[in-house]
Amino acid sequence: MAKRKLKEHHIQREWCKGCGICVAFCPKNVLEMDSSDKAVAVRLEDCIACEMCALRCPDLAIRVVVEKC
Amino acid sequence: MAVKDYLRERFFPHMWCPGCGHGTVLNGLIRAVEKLGMSKNEIVMVSGIGCSSRISGYVDFHTLHTLHGRALAFATGIKLSKPELNVIVPMGDGDALAIGGNHFIHAARRNIAMTALVMNNRIYGMTGGQYSPLSGYGTVATTAPFSNIDQGFDVVKLASAAGATFVARTTVYHVHEVSDLIQQAVLHDGFSVVEVLSQCPTYFGRHNRLGGPVEMLQWFKDQTTRIGSKAAAENPELIQRGIFVQEDRPEYCTEYDKVIDKAMAAVKG
Amino acid sequence: MEGALYAGLEFFAGYPITPSTEIAEHLSRRLPERGGKFIQMEDEIASMCAIIGASLTGHKVLTATSGPGFSLKQEALGYAIMAEIPCVIVNVQRGGPSTGIPTHIAQGDVNQARWGTHGDHAIIALTASNHQDVFAMTVEAFNMAETFRTPVILLFDEVVGHMRERLLLPEPGQIPLVDRLKTSVREGVDYHPYLPREDGRLPMADFGGVHRYNVTGLYHDMWGFPSDNPKVVHGLIRHLVDKIENHVEQITRYKSFYLDDARTVLVSYGAAARTALHVVEGQRKRGQKYGLLELQTLWPFPAEVVADTCAGAERVVVVEMNMGQVCREVQRVVNDPGKVFLANRIDGVLVTPTDIRQTLRLIAGQGV
Repeated sequence: MAKRKLKEHHIQREWCKGCGICVAFCPKNVLEMDSSDKAVAVRLEDCIACEMCALRCPDLAIRVVVEKC
Repeated sequence: MAVKDYLRERFFPHMWCPGCGHGTVLNGLIRAVEKLGMSKNEIVMVSGIGCSSRISGYVDFHTLHTLHGRALAFATGIKLSKPELNVIVPMGDGDALAIGGNHFIHAARRNIAMTALVMNNRIYGMTGGQYSPLSGYGTVATTAPFSNIDQGFDVVKLASAAGATFVARTTVYHVHEVSDLIQQAVLHDGFSVVEVLSQCPTYFGRHNRLGGPVEMLQWFKDQTTRIGSKAAAENPELIQRGIFVQEDRPEYCTEYDKVIDKAMAAVKG
Repeated sequence: MEGALYAGLEFFAGYPITPSTEIAEHLSRRLPERGGKFIQMEDEIASMCAIIGASLTGHKVLTATSGPGFSLKQEALGYAIMAEIPCVIVNVQRGGPSTGIPTHIAQGDVNQARWGTHGDHAIIALTASNHQDVFAMTVEAFNMAETFRTPVILLFDEVVGHMRERLLLPEPGQIPLVDRLKTSVREGVDYHPYLPREDGRLPMADFGGVHRYNVTGLYHDMWGFPSDNPKVVHGLIRHLVDKIENHVEQITRYKSFYLDDARTVLVSYGAAARTALHVVEGQRKRGQKYGLLELQTLWPFPAEVVADTCAGAERVVVVEMNMGQVCREVQRVVNDPGKVFLANRIDGVLVTPTDIRQTLRLIAGQGV
């Protein structure tokens, strides 16, 4: 299987309702809630591009672009 | 195509509460359709009434937002009159199995090719948290303040007994399963049922002190297991996930085509 | 039901109920013969829902029921009105309320056809008194359903439903048919399924075609998406009512018998009109100036025709098999409500000439 590498990580802030699911279940602790209760990716260098945040997001607010190498 | 190409983006952010599992079902459904590579013109989504049913407004397919419980009956008319369409019917637990229970078992019995997606959050959310036929004994709801004495249905057993030829269950924690099972269900030539356990933190979670969306998702992770797993053998209390039924039986529209052949032959003599 | 097939029926969904079951039985054979589809659903509600679904894929659709089944269909009937889905519903009336008297005649569902589903709305309901007219009105029902994008109710009764008489089938093309008005908007161009043209008609796009849109029972905008904007809500309900109420003349069907110089006008419909005509002809033989107005359109109520017909009459007698459902409408629209009387029968037996003559004697102050 090709190795996955993060290319882009987008969070559409207006769509995010701040449930915290992406933060709680990110295996690498990449995400955090900011002061206005929106998800932000603060440690993108740790991201393994598993896309679980984007798949679980109930607000469809997260988009992960993966590079296959 | 990207996920957003299947969405009617102008209606976002959607109307569901923060942390509602229904958005995750929508997310998984879109990814399933994307992987299937179907044209948006070939897909009809028919929904009923309730929080779950609003899903049809957000997808860029042919969408029919119908009456409480009746989605499968409308869908039957669409499918039988134009069998080449792929019909997906998302329903809530009350929608599918209380007011729509009769339509549900009969659609299963006919084995008409469509996918019933039961978004089971164990509560009537739109009306503010009343118990549903899937709430289960001992739960608390606005209409069961002293704890619910109604026994719940098991969707998988009910669908299987009624004759559905593809029956599966998963949860919104298990997102890869959601899209994978929906894909298989849509491809199945017969009546397919996918039950997705989904959280309602606003009502079911709050009334039953289950915590917020994160805790409820954790519960799905901890309290479910794959069919036939070691964990299932050790702890029968765990809810099993996976495909319970997958069989070939004559599909209704295909059978009706044979009726047409017979009728036409009889006329010709 | 040959009328429905003549009109281009392609899809029927139903549930067995006396006295309309014969329609389902007949169509379960006749539809597949011509490549159409028949399905017996799990209940009356599902049958109504299924025909709406099939209409959306571009087919001419029908369901048939009676009394209690008609009650069950009201929810989805309202949906078809709101979502503007062409379809035809036959109600072979029987005695009610409830299970009532299944194999006997009544005409008690006239007001249910008008007001049975909740909320303000307009409806088209047609009826007929003999098989030839049943055929014609059925074709008309399909034509009106397509013209006005609305459900049309065929309100027949048990006697007309169960009797046998001659029917001359018109040649294909002899009666004009209205086909589904389809949108000419091309793929990729914004299509508005709920934006009426200048003539009030709304071209449709089939589900499965190139235009993807939303259909809902909620108040909705021109794309079919839910809206609670007061302007949208007001505009839609006005449209739903006006598209029918503003075309009463176009929708009105009736038959006149000996009305030119009639001093006593009988107003009737369905099987009761057969008895009424018998009485009128008998009175004419005795030199009495009697006439009959047989209504075939019951809703929207043909107020102008009734008012004009009755204007010069000394008395108006409404002959029907209920407690005066059409009689009240006649009283509402004529110049002098005091001259309108009801000759009815509500015991499951077809009104007889004697019944009508007895009422006429009572009106004349001659006793029974």
